[in-house]
Amino acid sequence: MTNAQGRPDFAVIAGWVAPGHRVLDLGCGDGSLLRQLIDARNVQGWGVEIEPANVLAAMRNGINVIQSNLEDGLRDFADDAFDHVVLSRTLQTVRHTEGILNEMLRVGREAVVSFPNFAYWKNLRSVLDGRMPVSEDLPYQWYDSPNVRFFTLLDFEALCAQMGLTVVERRVLDEAGESIAVDAAHDLNFLGSLAVYRLTRAR
Amino acid sequence: MSGSSVGVVEAQRIHFSEPLHLRSGGVLPAYDLAVETYGTLNAAKSNAILVCHALSGHHHVAGHYADQPENLGWWDNIIGPGRPLDTDRFFIVGLNNPGGCHGSTGPSSINPATGKPWGADFPIVAVSDWVEAQARLADHFGIDAWAAVVGGSLGGMQALRWAISHPQRIRNALIIASAPKLTAQNIAFNDVARQAILTDPDFHGGHYYEHGTRPVRGLRLARMLGHITYLSDDQMGEKFGRELRHGSFAFDYDVEFEVESYLRYQGDKFAGHFDANTYLLMTKALDYFDPARLDDGDLVRTMARSSPQTNFFVASFTTDWRFSPARSREIVAALLANGRRVSYAEIDLNFGHDSFLMADPHYHGLVDAFLGNIRL
Repeated sequence: MTNAQGRPDFAVIAGWVAPGHRVLDLGCGDGSLLRQLIDARNVQGWGVEIEPANVLAAMRNGINVIQSNLEDGLRDFADDAFDHVVLSRTLQTVRHTEGILNEMLRVGREAVVSFPNFAYWKNLRSVLDGRMPVSEDLPYQWYDSPNVRFFTLLDFEALCAQMGLTVVERRVLDEAGESIAVDAAHDLNFLGSLAVYRLTRAR
Repeated sequence: MSGSSVGVVEAQRIHFSEPLHLRSGGVLPAYDLAVETYGTLNAAKSNAILVCHALSGHHHVAGHYADQPENLGWWDNIIGPGRPLDTDRFFIVGLNNPGGCHGSTGPSSINPATGKPWGADFPIVAVSDWVEAQARLADHFGIDAWAAVVGGSLGGMQALRWAISHPQRIRNALIIASAPKLTAQNIAFNDVARQAILTDPDFHGGHYYEHGTRPVRGLRLARMLGHITYLSDDQMGEKFGRELRHGSFAFDYDVEFEVESYLRYQGDKFAGHFDANTYLLMTKALDYFDPARLDDGDLVRTMARSSPQTNFFVASFTTDWRFSPARSREIVAALLANGRRVSYAEIDLNFGHDSFLMADPHYHGLVDAFLGNIRL
């Protein structure tokens, strides 16, 4: 996840944070999102990243970055340390899905999660045609994809309900990055290429 | 990494006449510090970087002396024009800490009270004492706040102590291959090293100077032990394996395996020039270092005394088992819990604890990136 261009979820996330907020970006890549949030929204930012080259790039970007493996949880972070914990286009690469979601809402007041929607109609059509989908938001071939979990909006919302997480806000984008202005979850599930959620834990 | 060495350098000795009251209760009535500087201090005096040395280091950090072209500073590979500690941009200060044996006042210096070398009477110095001496050195140069304080291992402990003791005087801290305190295992290694020296018949209770001798055997053993712990198992395996110097077993106790040859060479080289009393002092400073001790062991409370304006870079090395990544992460976690600006890298290098001295492009790139964000 390396540059701000073609990252329409960044704009959505920027709209959800307020100046002075403490933001933790998990899988922060080169720190583009945090750079944008710091410059545009004056937040305090920290990133977590595992790839050495990305850690270096984030540091060159002037970002606070902690080299760590998300699969190990967020053990270096204290409870309620952040206003927002962001996981942008990364949840599908994490094996311990429930673990990371629980950890995000342990260290943060609010979790912001974006992910490619496997049920997007073009993806479905691709599978019906006999091939795994490759798209703007699923840009990898099946054999080189970092993604290990494939799921849909409805799958994700079912998991949130099962885990007792509250969806505060949901924004669903098409392949061009435009918000889709329909309300019914089943329609969004079919039309949306990328989903962005704002979650809290029911307390 | 591009860039070049600073070239010819000169050491200076600076005298401090105000007594230094030490953590141990002892007092240094007056003392000298051996110092080297590289680059130019700017008019605002905002571009100074302090480099703190580890167990066996000193003020000769970079470059070489005009008459000793082979004698490169111990961290020459990271300092110079175009290097991460860029002398075109920064004014770099290296010193030999009090208690050292490279020109600063230490156990081999003359005790003014007796007219003889201090020897074992030299007071025990702590990391916090070094930081006080370094603060006076900053005053000497008119430096209100260091642009950065940099150190590896025991040097990293000094950078950490700076952030706690003088939060307004350190704008950036680089704490590399270090720890917030030693583990029992780590203290144990130090104690074996000390026992080797203390039980050497030539030690004479630390007053060996008067006997015209030095506890060379003990110091050599101490260094050999230390050296093993600074390297990684993999690296030793790759470098030496089970190679025999003469191809077959000799069935005696002479040097047979290459690793024996290497260790003995390192031990001899070190024991030839280093002062045993200084080695004892440095290992004690390591053992005593525990800034959270006065906060009931709660490093989070201790790091609350650091400044929110200070940026931290903490780095560890995957193969370093003497100062493992887990120990660096304790520092990182305490800083994060206080909302401090911190970056952390766990660098995959094969040289164990000694990795921090290696010229690895990724490692040096990280240091360069961190220092590159400093506004002068």
